[in-house]
Amino acid sequence: MKSNRRQFLTGGVALSAFAATGFPHIWSKNSGLARAADGEIKVGVLFSLTGTTAIIEESLNKATIMAIDEINAAGGINGLKIVPVIEDPASDPATFAEKARKLVLSDKCVSVFGSYTSASRKAVLPVFEKQKHLFWYPTLYEGRECSKNVIYTGAVPNQQQDEFIPWLVEKFGKRWYLIGSNYIYPKEENNYCKKLLAELGAEVVAEEYVPLGHSEFSSIINKLKAEKPDVIFSTVVGDSVVALHRQYHAAGLDPETMPMASLTTSENEVAAMGGAAAAGHFTSAPYFMVWDSPENQKFVEAYKSRWGGDKVTHFVSESAYFQVHLFKQAVAKLAASDINPETIREAVKGEQVQAPQGLVKVEPENLHCWLTPKIGQCQADGQFKILRQSAASLEPDPYKAYPHQKCTAEGLKTI
Amino acid sequence: MDLIVSQLLTGLSISSILMLVALGLAIIYGVTGVINLAHGEFVMLGAYCAWLLQTQLGLGLIVSLIPIFIILCLFGWIIEAVVIRHLYDRPLDTILATWGIGVMAQQVVRLLAGGELRYVEMPVSLSSSVNILGATESAYRLFVLFIALGLFVATWYIYRKTTFGLKLRAITQNRAIASSFGVNSSRVYRMTFAYGAGVAGLAGALVSPLKSVSPEMGTTYVVDAFMVVVLGGVQSLFGTMASSAILGELSGLLAFFSNDTVAKAVVLIAIVILIRFRPQGLFVARMRS
Repeated sequence: MKSNRRQFLTGGVALSAFAATGFPHIWSKNSGLARAADGEIKVGVLFSLTGTTAIIEESLNKATIMAIDEINAAGGINGLKIVPVIEDPASDPATFAEKARKLVLSDKCVSVFGSYTSASRKAVLPVFEKQKHLFWYPTLYEGRECSKNVIYTGAVPNQQQDEFIPWLVEKFGKRWYLIGSNYIYPKEENNYCKKLLAELGAEVVAEEYVPLGHSEFSSIINKLKAEKPDVIFSTVVGDSVVALHRQYHAAGLDPETMPMASLTTSENEVAAMGGAAAAGHFTSAPYFMVWDSPENQKFVEAYKSRWGGDKVTHFVSESAYFQVHLFKQAVAKLAASDINPETIREAVKGEQVQAPQGLVKVEPENLHCWLTPKIGQCQADGQFKILRQSAASLEPDPYKAYPHQKCTAEGLKTI
Repeated sequence: MDLIVSQLLTGLSISSILMLVALGLAIIYGVTGVINLAHGEFVMLGAYCAWLLQTQLGLGLIVSLIPIFIILCLFGWIIEAVVIRHLYDRPLDTILATWGIGVMAQQVVRLLAGGELRYVEMPVSLSSSVNILGATESAYRLFVLFIALGLFVATWYIYRKTTFGLKLRAITQNRAIASSFGVNSSRVYRMTFAYGAGVAGLAGALVSPLKSVSPEMGTTYVVDAFMVVVLGGVQSLFGTMASSAILGELSGLLAFFSNDTVAKAVVLIAIVILIRFRPQGLFVARMRS
């Protein structure tokens, strides 16, 4: 018994020491060597196909796969084929980390495209930092991250709000009601929104958060009736978006006098709530499915013919799509023997691509993208009508809500 | 004034949804003693039936209610016949079995209908809002409230006034003695389970125009339903109604004066404290011992 226990203890200590260091020393030297071999470039595709966020991540997976197939069909990258290794992290951050480790260490992918929620990004981040690897993240998010190992192709708060908030204040008025789901993303977006509102001399009449997955908004609707704000700024996410819009609509409130302005309501959410409930409300995003450009026409047609005519594209699936093309352009600049995560990161700095939304460019300083935000109003047919777009593409500033801080290539700087 | 009325109405509306969801669970638990963790999935299946009838056959929601009730009754009947009847008097096993049924139902729906969120069109005639004492309330929410009350009355009538109800009460008190008097208890159990499933299906169909329809939607409802049943006391229909009214008004009021996150937490804490001192719930069905 005693020896068993001792064996168990020493084994356990060794194992936990091994686990605590994140399995580094055996492989980390090699991870830089993870590169193209046998005429193939392996990339990881890490989107949940099951679990609560599968509803949206499935569409990101589809857009990624489609982009990879397009590139391969056109001859690959300098004759090398992109081979996707698809993993399903099941909407669980711990599984995300585990699968990311597998893609990086045992599959030796040169880059990983993936994840939707901030929680899952935070979970995989240590893997990519430790292995000096490269992760491509397509989702709009709250900013405040400064990593050398992530290419961010979605919008950060300044890119969605800088033009949206003043426009709404001018058009509707200065009494704002902020509603969000109770987690980090809505709080950071609201922080930035409050900063902009203060500069404009507008007033926040209330700021409140509902639990994730919340579906009973009748008390909030009573408060809206009592407060009569000019604008409802909503950063509610997921199923709750659907419940909020449907109950707002059922209560007979009018978007013409009290519109909801959102950063998260895309064609995807609208399809789930029905056009009638969404009509009249506003969203700010770099991409809408109706955007008129040859690139977008091609994207939408290819997406529908491949995945079904009833499918919609939206501003996260669009960036999931164009980031693969950015990857392709960066890798195309490298010799086959030089393809590894670090050279790809260097090659992608300043790289630009004609995406469905327009020209996008990777900012070399912070690896976020220059995007062209647009303001859309939802119509009864479930599509948006684009009312405005920025004159030029907008610089990403993930720390804009925090004065004196800036994300640079050397890391976070105080200026 | 209108604010007080509209807050009261809001509470009633939340209560009616709670009661709809909890009623089926209370019936099944109260009569057969089965803790049905698949109850939320019965609700979800009801919502998907509404969606299917609407998109495939073009049936409006109100017309679909009867077929949905029948479909879910049949489903409950089959589940009882295949799985549950082997597990009476083994409460732990029923928990596991019904949980498994729930997981399977979710996955089957995901495979057949896809993972996307779906929506059910609200009946056009009910999509306006109604003026009550200066407060406006959605006509659809009032409709749900009336259906919930109607279902409660129907269930109460079956329970108290019919021969079936008499047998049911006899079995609830003592299954062995009731059987020795010639009551076919397994048949009564099966019908109870089917009826409970049917009511859950109605609940799902009725909430579908207000909320979103997804394979996972049942999970939140089952928690709410258990809160109602535990607070109200099992085997008490009036307890179910009263506790949904209390919980609905209370969470509506708390959410109005603070926010929904606080409301949820306070309501749960209140229930925990209450069952610490009154484990049988607020209402206990009277019976001779």
